[in-house]
Amino acid sequence: MLDLYLVKALHSAAGPATLDVRLTIGPGEFVALYGPSGAGKTTLLRLLAGLTRPDAGYLRVGEQTWYDGPQRQWRRPEQRSIGYVFQDYALFPNMTVRQNLTFALTSHRDAAIVAELLALTELEQLAHRYPAQLSGGQQQRVALARALARRPRLLLLDEPLSAVDNPTRLRLQQMLAEAHQRFELTTIMVSHDPAEVYTLAGRVLELDLGRVIRDGQPVPPLTQSNGLELTATVVEVLSDGREVRLVAGATTLVVPVPAGQTYQPGQVVTLTAAAWGIKPPQT
Amino acid sequence: MHDYWQTLALTLRLAALTTLILLVIGTALAYWLAYSRSWLKPVTEALVGLPLVLPPTVLGFYLLLAFSPDTGLGRFLIDTLGVRLSFTFTGVLVGSLLYSLPFMVQPLQAGFERLPPALAEAAATLGKSRLTTLWRVLLPNCRPALLSGIVLTFAHTIGEFGVVLMIGGNIAGQTRVASIAIYDAVESQHYAQANAYALVLVALSLILLLILAALTRRRPNRAA
Repeated sequence: MLDLYLVKALHSAAGPATLDVRLTIGPGEFVALYGPSGAGKTTLLRLLAGLTRPDAGYLRVGEQTWYDGPQRQWRRPEQRSIGYVFQDYALFPNMTVRQNLTFALTSHRDAAIVAELLALTELEQLAHRYPAQLSGGQQQRVALARALARRPRLLLLDEPLSAVDNPTRLRLQQMLAEAHQRFELTTIMVSHDPAEVYTLAGRVLELDLGRVIRDGQPVPPLTQSNGLELTATVVEVLSDGREVRLVAGATTLVVPVPAGQTYQPGQVVTLTAAAWGIKPPQT
Repeated sequence: MHDYWQTLALTLRLAALTTLILLVIGTALAYWLAYSRSWLKPVTEALVGLPLVLPPTVLGFYLLLAFSPDTGLGRFLIDTLGVRLSFTFTGVLVGSLLYSLPFMVQPLQAGFERLPPALAEAAATLGKSRLTTLWRVLLPNCRPALLSGIVLTFAHTIGEFGVVLMIGGNIAGQTRVASIAIYDAVESQHYAQANAYALVLVALSLILLLILAALTRRRPNRAA
């Protein structure tokens, strides 16, 4: 279904890097893009949607060419059959839930799908509300329903579940899985969450600094299999030795180094819970 | 008395036409300025903003030269297109359009730039053309900017003096707008008549600004 080779300069917090990805993705696959921030996950998703223009390469979807660098071919996002769920939802504030969905329709003959999508995402009761009157999880469902209204072949999700609480997330995961089946989608999802990747995806592409460093089956989340200690390999020393990038199974972590210690790439270390650090709880 | 109403009607007609035309031109220009990355953008921004800093008489002076039958542009307009712009209503309208341009373009451009970029991107991924996106998504979501552009342009055109005087002069029913009539009345010491015009202008401007304030007040339920 997808055959691509895409090159794009990245300007991440870790410094300049180049996204350089060669891939084929079959019809009906559910693929997770996984990796640290700045790895190029969202950029790759935007390149697929046509929201960002690649520097070089090609992108073929089915029999269509969406981008071809040497032949100067380019399909604008509105000419691609995609559904895109933005990280901050990007619902239209001037339209109700129902209007957000009907706006997405190609013609009014497709109106039946609006009812079907409202039912799938359990939004019937909220159809007359405006986005500002909805919770984060509800907005997320609207964004998903709206992305599906045109019956796209390709569904692109940019960290769809990052901003919702845990019970909501589980419900949304079920809806995503159901939508993927029912609409025979090829789905590509950016995610930070190993548990979510394991639950939803049939294939994981792990990106780091613009390259695919792993391509395969999702593995069970580490925290379940390994308690609070992990064995990890140092792959890179960052910030003049104050941080190291570690790889543990499918996870890449950037961890601060204890004072007075030095590490070299290739070393195998044991990562304890004390080294992980914790962020303040989300409100 | 006939003159009085004629002058007020002319003033409102000029302001309404200027606002209407600038609504179309200004939206297009503001949209381009908000999303363009061309090197022409800063140049255009400077040109659009020029009437804000220039004395209106400067703009009026150059327009008068441009419209005059003694210059190339003036000749072309009169001979080829049959349009006479100096000392006519059309000429005053062209002057007003240029003079009030920043009052429409700047609020709208700021309004577009304040919108999250993902809104336009979302509309594109839903297969919508740029025009549909502008009409259905961008403009409805910068309503306060749109309203301030309309009200400011209208009010500013009513208050315009220097440009009209330079290009239009003081021809009753053609180019004599209220601000000119006030100046004319004071010159000839008809203070009561000047007051009759001035009071209407004060009242009108106040009402317009009150309407703007009422319409752009944040409504908690719909605010994005």
